[in-house]
Amino acid sequence: MRALALPITSLLAGLLFGLGLILSGMADPVKVQSFLDLAGYWDPSLAMVMVGAIGVAGLSYLIARRRSRSLLGLPMQLPANNTVTLRLVLGSAAFGIGWGLAGFCPGPALVALGAGYPKAAGFVAAMLAGMAVFEWLERRSGPGSVLKGSQRAS
Amino acid sequence: MLIDLDHFTPGLSLAGGLLIGAAASVLLLFNGRIAGISGILGGLLSWPRNDRHWRLAFLAGLIGAPLLASLFGLATRPDIQASWGTVLLAGFIVGLGTRYAGGCTSGHGVCGMSRGAVRSLVATLSFMAAGFLTVYVQRHLLGA
Repeated sequence: MRALALPITSLLAGLLFGLGLILSGMADPVKVQSFLDLAGYWDPSLAMVMVGAIGVAGLSYLIARRRSRSLLGLPMQLPANNTVTLRLVLGSAAFGIGWGLAGFCPGPALVALGAGYPKAAGFVAAMLAGMAVFEWLERRSGPGSVLKGSQRAS
Repeated sequence: MLIDLDHFTPGLSLAGGLLIGAAASVLLLFNGRIAGISGILGGLLSWPRNDRHWRLAFLAGLIGAPLLASLFGLATRPDIQASWGTVLLAGFIVGLGTRYAGGCTSGHGVCGMSRGAVRSLVATLSFMAAGFLTVYVQRHLLGA
């Protein structure tokens, strides 16, 4: 039963997430770049996306925190790590540069790929290449490297 | 600062945000997992290969969302102004950066901020600052 339920709830979550990205305007790179353009004609819409998403997800966290198992009986896998590291700050900054350059972050790029846009497919392919390089570097780098660490928030 | 009232969509964006929050809640409360898209995607590339099915199902939902949206009469028309070269470069550094950061707009920006994690607040401030700066350089210094 659980083996069947897990892919279904996951698919449902993906559909809802994608629908939210489309409805909110986040799946449109120009709208994202207009939000990031404080010095131009600023479109504050995406701040509303954050307000809505954090409002709902925040309530769910209050419930999740009191449980050790999910509604499907699976262990709650909440990140325990809360350390601020150099790789967190630099990795996020690199991500922000890419986000500003193209107007895509991972979710909206996958949604735009689903809408059949070749450039979105190119972005996703390049993103997978970047992630593969990360995995490769992680496997070969020894302990002591500045960017070494095993924390993963998500 | 000039606010672009012609393109400001507070109602739709808030509604979209509520849906994103609902999606993160489904993943959290039913599956016990964080809705971090870079982590869900990147996890497919890490070893050992386990728990792939729910990741693939979630990603299939994201990719299938435009089809579902079209059934509600909602079109998905991303306006991608960046050149092919920029798109590929941006994609690569987004992939690399989000994995080093352990999250992106969803994992840190929405989920991490929702649980009040300082780490996610720092990550969000970092990528937002970098995004603001990049668009400033791109649009106002280089005039692209």
